Amino acid sequence: MSALFAKQSAPTIFFGRLGRYALRGLEQIGDASMLGLHALSLFFAKPWQGRHFILQLYALGVGSLIIIIITGAFTGMVLALQGYYTLAKFGSASLLGAGVGISIIRELGPVLGALMIVGRAGSSITAEIGIMRVTEQVDALVMMAVNPKQRILLPRIIAMTLAVPLLVSIFDVIGIGSGYIVGVKLLGVNAGDYMGELIAKITMTDIYGGWVKAVVFGFMIGMICTYMGYRSERTTEGVARATTQAVVVSSVSILIIDYILTSFFL
Amino acid sequence: MIRGENLSKRYGDVTALSPTDIDIRAGKITVIMGGSGSGKTTILRLLAGLEAPSSGHVWYDDKDLCAIPAKYLYEMREGMGMLFQYSALLNSLNVYDNVAFPLHEHSELDESVIRTMVSMKLEQVGLRGFEQMMPSELSGGMAKRVAFARAMAMDPRIVFFDEPTSGLDPISAGVIATLILDTSRKNHMTSIVVTHDVSTGLSIADHIILLWQGSIIAEGAPASIRDSDDERVQQFLHGRPDGPIPFSRSTTSYIDDLIHKPGTVRLEL
Repeated sequence: MSALFAKQSAPTIFFGRLGRYALRGLEQIGDASMLGLHALSLFFAKPWQGRHFILQLYALGVGSLIIIIITGAFTGMVLALQGYYTLAKFGSASLLGAGVGISIIRELGPVLGALMIVGRAGSSITAEIGIMRVTEQVDALVMMAVNPKQRILLPRIIAMTLAVPLLVSIFDVIGIGSGYIVGVKLLGVNAGDYMGELIAKITMTDIYGGWVKAVVFGFMIGMICTYMGYRSERTTEGVARATTQAVVVSSVSILIIDYILTSFFL
Repeated sequence: MIRGENLSKRYGDVTALSPTDIDIRAGKITVIMGGSGSGKTTILRLLAGLEAPSSGHVWYDDKDLCAIPAKYLYEMREGMGMLFQYSALLNSLNVYDNVAFPLHEHSELDESVIRTMVSMKLEQVGLRGFEQMMPSELSGGMAKRVAFARAMAMDPRIVFFDEPTSGLDPISAGVIATLILDTSRKNHMTSIVVTHDVSTGLSIADHIILLWQGSIIAEGAPASIRDSDDERVQQFLHGRPDGPIPFSRSTTSYIDDLIHKPGTVRLEL
């Protein structure tokens, strides 16, 4: 009896909790993967979800456009401003275009773009699916012989996987363009130098690398946000918690995966 | 036609339904009644295949619902309908699209034919002319009637009704009860109705099943239930606060809790 209730030491409690969290995390990753893969396996199953995919692509893509344009514009402007004063100290202000372009295409475009999309579109996906569960709309679909994984999850995962690289491309163009305006029009960098260095220094590998990151981020956001919504508790508090978790887990995952992918492309 | 065999359901440590056998008669209205938390919605969801039982089987003729592949289960559901407690209309669709939804999904009918069918279903529930309204603009009673029209859109053989009259005024509740009765009779539909509304249950049922704490305590025709000698049945039917069904489910004595709870003042009596 006494052994059963013996006080556990602090390290035992700490590692016990750590282990439980790790197991819970692994369980969730496994569950999310199974759910996502099941949804993806229905890609070719009838009825074809093309219309719903287009609607989702429109909602995610067009809905996130403004935030992507604003974020891209100010990121390019700040980069140009910071980059100009740093490069000018070494007499290399002419490299501003290359600096802004490489930073945006390789890193800032995919990462900041994806983070913005998580906040704007990912959270709404989780909340929408969660509310559908709370209000039994998911059950209603099931009873109307419509597979919710095919109807709700699949179009959103695919749309997100496609929307993120498209939006990141727009982010890149806007960022480089706004960097040009600040660098050339406001700070007096030669327009030929800005564009010439930009074109000379940026390789197709940089562009492909950015796109690969964007596709991976998009797929990951789609999987995480649909999973969190679909598995949320059937309460309003549960949906709120799931939405917060979706944003946090997606954002942290983006940063971790970005490091891993960057190490491959360098 | 539908048979639950040794069905049980547990959520963690909580037993929602103890092992139970249940028979649903084809072409009849079976009403499952019981107080809150008695397991009636659980049994409905198990019979509809919305949840897997912790033990037991659900048989549709000779098919085990728990064992058939998901693809065939979806095919079977094309012949089923369900009216949910809170209507569960698809928020993003208007009334017309909600009712037309199953027809769009599972038929190759021309839109003009679908329009006529939706119009007929909405006329049946007294809501023709409300096609363009969104679910958020409907009252509870109207939403229930739209959900009823949607559940009937495919002329199903089996329909599940989860608390169809809860939260409705007496007239709306009466309208829904009449719709269930008339439609079931005319279409020879198998209807499974879960409710705690005694008067509605007794008025529409061919067969009543009464649940208490996850077990069946009585079943039979409405007259036999009404005349039952079981005190639990009579307490439920007449809504008596005192009787064998306790109101309080506290596991410990209130006085014990007060005396032994940390921080409470101990009174010397």
